[in-house]
Amino acid sequence: MAILQLLIGTNIPFMKFRTVTYMFSGALILATAVWLIVHGGPKYSVDFTGGTLIQLRLSRTLSADGVRKAIDASGLRGVELQQMTGENRNEFLIRLQATEGHQNPFPLIQQAIAARFPGVQVELRRTEQVGPKVGSELRQKAIWAVLGSLVGILLYVGIRYEFKFAFGAVVALFHDVFVTLGMLCFTGREVSLTVVAALLTIAGYSINDTIVVFDRIRERSKALRKEKHSRAMDIAVNETLSRTVITSLTVFLTALALFIWGGEVLRDFSFAMLVGVGFGTYSSVYVASALALDIWIRLDRRKGISAE
Amino acid sequence: MTRDQWKLLGVLLVTAASLWVLYPSYRFYSMTPAQRAALPAQELAELRRKAVHLGLDLQGGMHLVLEVEHQKLTPAQVRDATDRAMEIIRNRVDQFGVAEPLIQREGEDRITVQLPGLTDRQRAIELIGKTALLEFKLVRTPEETQNVFQRLDAYLASRGVTEGLADTALKRMPLTGHFLGTEGTAAFVRDQDSPIVTKLLATPGVDSIIPSDSQLLWSGPETSAGATGRYLYVVKRESEMSGGSVAAAEARVGLEQTNPGAWGVSMKLTPKGRADFARITGNNVGRQLAIVLDGVVSSAPNIRERIPSGDASITGNFDIASSKDLAIVLRAGALPAPVRIIEERSVGPSLGSDSIQEGVTAGWIGTVLVVLFMAVYYQLSGLIAIVAMVLNIFYLVACMAGFGATMTLPGIAGIVLTIGMSVDANVLIFERIREELRNGKSVRQAVDVGYSRAFRTILDAHVTTLISALFLIQFGTGPIKGFAVTLIIGLIANMFTAVLFTRMIFDYWLSRGKAQRLSI
Repeated sequence: MAILQLLIGTNIPFMKFRTVTYMFSGALILATAVWLIVHGGPKYSVDFTGGTLIQLRLSRTLSADGVRKAIDASGLRGVELQQMTGENRNEFLIRLQATEGHQNPFPLIQQAIAARFPGVQVELRRTEQVGPKVGSELRQKAIWAVLGSLVGILLYVGIRYEFKFAFGAVVALFHDVFVTLGMLCFTGREVSLTVVAALLTIAGYSINDTIVVFDRIRERSKALRKEKHSRAMDIAVNETLSRTVITSLTVFLTALALFIWGGEVLRDFSFAMLVGVGFGTYSSVYVASALALDIWIRLDRRKGISAE
Repeated sequence: MTRDQWKLLGVLLVTAASLWVLYPSYRFYSMTPAQRAALPAQELAELRRKAVHLGLDLQGGMHLVLEVEHQKLTPAQVRDATDRAMEIIRNRVDQFGVAEPLIQREGEDRITVQLPGLTDRQRAIELIGKTALLEFKLVRTPEETQNVFQRLDAYLASRGVTEGLADTALKRMPLTGHFLGTEGTAAFVRDQDSPIVTKLLATPGVDSIIPSDSQLLWSGPETSAGATGRYLYVVKRESEMSGGSVAAAEARVGLEQTNPGAWGVSMKLTPKGRADFARITGNNVGRQLAIVLDGVVSSAPNIRERIPSGDASITGNFDIASSKDLAIVLRAGALPAPVRIIEERSVGPSLGSDSIQEGVTAGWIGTVLVVLFMAVYYQLSGLIAIVAMVLNIFYLVACMAGFGATMTLPGIAGIVLTIGMSVDANVLIFERIREELRNGKSVRQAVDVGYSRAFRTILDAHVTTLISALFLIQFGTGPIKGFAVTLIIGLIANMFTAVLFTRMIFDYWLSRGKAQRLSI
C-alpha cells in the first residue's frame, strides 16, 4: 500500500465558501474587464497589431538611454525601446508601429548605434515584421480559434454531461481563459500568437479537473441521493481532491520549468500556462462545481423538490 | 497467442518502428559538421530529409510572406502572375545558394519563402523582392530636357506654389532653382532638396506639362561636386529594349573607364537582342541610353558608336555583393508584377541555438521534477508511469520525424507540457486503484476497476484538449502549428502508452506472483 498519500479522506466543506469565492472570481473578472475597457483591449504583440519587433544584442552593455538617443538620431519615430534584464542586459527589444510596405528598419538602427558607439557590434537576434493587413487577419483568426474551441468544448461537454454540469464547466472555462488574460494584462505582458496558443491549451486542459469531479458525482449519484446537494458536491470534490491537485501539479511543474529555464521567447507562453493551470484547478471546484450545484438546487426547487 | 501476448507484440512493433524512424535523426544531429561534409551530397540530403526538421525559429533563418501587387491585374492574371513570380524567386534563391529553401504559394496572391540558416537578411530581401525590370530608354537631348524643365518652371510659377517666398530666383524658377547645375541631360538634386522637388513634381497638372511620350526618372544615389543627391532625367517613355533580351549576366570590375575599380554587371544579349541593340545604338550615336532598373536610372552612358557585339553593362553604385545579386536577378528574369513583403520573421542563428538549449534544459528539468514526484509518490507503479511517459515522448518525436512535421520552439514547449500531461492519465488510474484498495478490494479487482472507471474520464479529458489543439492548427504560421501538432500527437500517443501499455505491465506483474500487495 501507499506510503505517501496526500489529501486523502479530507472533509473540507468547499461549497460553504462559495459565496466568498464567487465574489473573488467576480472581482477578478471585473478587474480584467475594467482593465480591458480602460486600455482598449489587451496589449497585442506585432502579430496582431502589425508592426516591427527587433531583438538585438550588443557586444557590450549600453544604457537604454544611450541606445534611445542613438535611435532618435537616426530619425526613426514611434520607437518603443525595452532593455532586457539579468544576463541579457545587453539585449534590447525594439517595437515600431506598422506602416504598409515599409522597410525593416534594422539596418538603420544598426548604423545609428554603430555611429554613436564605435566598436559596438550589433547582432540581430530576431525580427518580426507584420503588415497591418496580416495583423488584422491573424487577429481575426485568433478570435475565431478561441471562440471556436470554446464552442467545440461546450458542444462536447453538452453531449456528454447534463446541462447543469456543462454550464458550470463552460463558465469555468471562460473564467480560466479570461482571468489568465487579465493576469497577462496586469503584468504588462503582450498577447502574441504563442500566448493565444497557451490560452487555447488552457481552455482544453483546465476542464479536465472539472470532468473528474463531475464523473464522480455521476458515478456516485445513487449513494449520494440521500445527501443534501451541497453535501453531495462536497463529497465528490473531496474524494477527487488528490487527483485534481496531483494532475495539475505535474503540468504545473513542467510549465514552471519552462517559465524559469525555457528562455525569453517562451516566457509569456509559460506564464500564461502557469496561471491558467493554477486557476483551472481552483475553478473546477469553485466555479464549475459551485455553479453546477446552484443550478442543481434551483432546478430541483422548481420541480418542487426540497434540495437544501 | 494470448491477448496479452498480442498487446506485447503491438508495443514492441510500435517501439521498433519508432526506433527505425528516429535513427536518421539521431545520426544526422549527432554528426559533426566535418562528418556531414564528408558524406556524399545525395546521402546527406536523404538523411536531412528523414531527420526531424527544425523550424526556422530553432535553426535560424528567414520566413517571408510576399504579396503580388495586383491592382492592375484581372483575377485570372493574378494566379498566373503569382505562379510566375514564384518560379522566378525560386530561380533567384537557387542561384543565391541557400540549402533547403521552401517556396510555396499561399492563397491566390501570396508566396511564402523560407530560407533556413540565412544570415544576411538584408541581401536576401533585396534579392527576392526586387522586381528587376530592366529597360533601356533613350535620354532626351539637352535641348528637349531643358525645354521640359523650363515649361515645368513656368507652370509651377503660374500655379502659385512659390507664394510667400522671398527668394526671387526661386519665384521665377520654382523647380530648376533647386537644381545644383544642369548637366545637359540631367539635373542634380541634392538630398536636402529632394523632398521639396518631389513635392513640386507631385503638383496636380504636372503630368500634362511633360510631353506624353516622355517621363521623368531619378537615378540612384550619386555625388556631384562633393554633394550627395540624385540626378533627374527626362527620358523617352517607350523603352527601346527590355531585360528579356538578356541571355547572360555576370558581376565584373573594370566596366567603367573612368572608375576601373568599380563593380558592375556585364550582360550578353540574346541574338535578337543583339540585333536590336546594334540598331538602337547605330541610330542614336551621340545620344545617351539610360539603363533603367525598376524605374531607377542605373547609368546613362553616351552612345559613341554602333555596338554590334551585344555586350552591354550596368554600372553605378555597386559593390561586389550587390553586383553579384543584380547579375542573379537579371539571369532569373523580372517579376511579372511587383511583390511586397507583408510578413517577415527572421531568427538569428545565435537565438535559434539558445532556444534549443533553453528548451531542452527546461525539458530535462521538467522531466526530473515529474519523475521524482511520480517515483516517490507512486513508487513502483510510478516507475511504470514514467516508462510510459518516456515512451510517449519517444513515439511523439518519432511521429514528427515520420510525418515530416517541423519541430519549432513552441513545439518543444508542447513536448515539455506533454511530459506533465502524459502522467495525468496514470495519476487518475492510480488514485482510483488506491481508492479501491482502501475500500478493501483485492489487488486484481482494484486494478481492473481502476482502469475501467478512469478510462471514461481520461477519454473526455483528452478530447477537450484535442478540440483546442485542432483549432490551433488553422494558424498557418509555422511555430504555432508546430505546437498544435506536438500536442495532438502527444495526446493520441498518450492513450496508447498511459492506458494500454501500463495496463499490460500491471497484468504481467499481477500474473507472475499471487500479488497481495501493490507498490502504488
